[in-house]
Amino acid sequence: METESVIETQDLTKMYNGQAAVDRLSFRVKKGEIFGFLGPNGAGKTTTLLMLLGLTEPTSGTARVLNLDPTRDPIKVKTKIGYLQENMGFYGDLNARQMLKFITELNGLAGKPADERIDSALEKVGLLDEASKKIAFYSRGMRQRLGIAELLIKDSKIAFLDEPTLGLDPDATNRMIELIQSLCRDKKITVLLSSHLLHQVQKICHRIGIMIKGRMVAQGPMDQLAKEKFGVGKDAYSLEEIYMKYFQEA
Amino acid sequence: MHSLVTIIKKELADHFSSYRFTIIFALIAMVSLITAYMVGLNIRKELEGVAKPQFIFLMLFTSSGTVFSLVQFVAFFGPLVGLILGFDTINRERNEGTLSKLLSQPIYRDAVINGKFLAGVALITIMMVSILLVITGLGLIILGIVPGVEELWRIFIYLIISIIYISLWLGIAILFSIIFRSTATSALAALAVWIFFSFFVSIGANILANALTPQAGAADADEILWRAKVVKAFTLTSPMELYTDATATIIDPMRKSARSIVTMGPMESLSISRFSGPLSLSQSVLIVVPYIISLVAITIVCFAVSYTVFMRQEIRSL
Repeated sequence: METESVIETQDLTKMYNGQAAVDRLSFRVKKGEIFGFLGPNGAGKTTTLLMLLGLTEPTSGTARVLNLDPTRDPIKVKTKIGYLQENMGFYGDLNARQMLKFITELNGLAGKPADERIDSALEKVGLLDEASKKIAFYSRGMRQRLGIAELLIKDSKIAFLDEPTLGLDPDATNRMIELIQSLCRDKKITVLLSSHLLHQVQKICHRIGIMIKGRMVAQGPMDQLAKEKFGVGKDAYSLEEIYMKYFQEA
Repeated sequence: MHSLVTIIKKELADHFSSYRFTIIFALIAMVSLITAYMVGLNIRKELEGVAKPQFIFLMLFTSSGTVFSLVQFVAFFGPLVGLILGFDTINRERNEGTLSKLLSQPIYRDAVINGKFLAGVALITIMMVSILLVITGLGLIILGIVPGVEELWRIFIYLIISIIYISLWLGIAILFSIIFRSTATSALAALAVWIFFSFFVSIGANILANALTPQAGAADADEILWRAKVVKAFTLTSPMELYTDATATIIDPMRKSARSIVTMGPMESLSISRFSGPLSLSQSVLIVVPYIISLVAITIVCFAVSYTVFMRQEIRSL
């Protein structure tokens, strides 16, 4: 039996000044999986995420997120998606607790249940001790973990993680990867992960989509991609080799 | 609705903890205090041994102490407060990446801009109310006279007009913060607009009038009247002039028209000396209503433009 898909796009296109940033993109993300969203900078990954969030209107084509149309129902879609943008976008002059409180209020949660959620999320990402420190003084890794805490308090069904490991040291990267895996495993959150760390992606992603110049050139599980390109199984080729092969051909 | 309230709360908290606001507030409080004190002393001196005229209390606001009267001060520097509060509203959040964080929460986009505008208006209200209260309090102490009901009404109407006026500049500043990516550019653009309307419009009006009526200064009454009309029509494009006109008869009941047109000068002074009674409140309001409506209209148009631009802007560029 095929698992249901939580994200499905059909010929999704976004034009900027006559140039297609996203070009007839069709892909699916299945429930409960970690989908590795790969591609060079400027391939249109972020634009795709913004369209799925309903923050940008597609020029043509359709997108369905949890059976909702993000363009028509942006509020409902945004309630269910947690989006970690590349630069995190936290208010530096707030502390972690204030920031999360602000987020809960924007999500219509208040009072004691909200406070409890904030505490348990902070604990989960290991920031409870530093919750009253201003975010401006946080290290990059701490900010990223705070982003994960935000996903937890929102109780998101889907997480869009845009370069969550960018600029992190090896230790922080591993910690982040573990957190992402636990999101998927414990909270049953579907994760759409965009990253350049192919080695990490290879380790945790169930399926992979490679996007180049606005087009999805390949999607599927690792071994399937390897077979398509090289005719051998997963063990023989790393994701990096597959990726470079696609990249050179595009 | 809850998101709008949340954003207003956040904005207010931000404003109150910012140095920028503290500095403006200190500056304005200081100037208004000093002005009120000087004016109060002057009035007291002048009134010694003279029968108490009506509406002494309002003189606290209209007569100039050392340099400025309070009304002039608000007309001139009030815009600056609005601009400083608003010039980086949207573009700062955009540059720091917090705008997309905000918009990726389940809120409508207009909640962001409405919340920010309303928080600014709330702040302006708090500021104006406290300044007027300080002056009223000082007036009570220095003059020893209690303002009458009508005076209080006039002060209240003046307060409302002032809030609208400063909010207009807040709206202009927010518009620039939406259009320009850099906060420095939006600040400079907003300042340029302020300088243009504060200084150049009145100069330009005279130049324009000179161009249209080459015989300026002639004794021909029609021509002088025509010239005055040209000057007035042109200066009315400036919100500062609109505001001055709108508050003129409200805060100064002895005045009979929104402004003293050159040609009306002698006639007006004649009529005042002949019927030196003050205008009733309803009559004062009647004279300035068109100006108030124009002021409100410009404010709404300005906010509506910001609103539309913001709602249509592509998030990709955020």
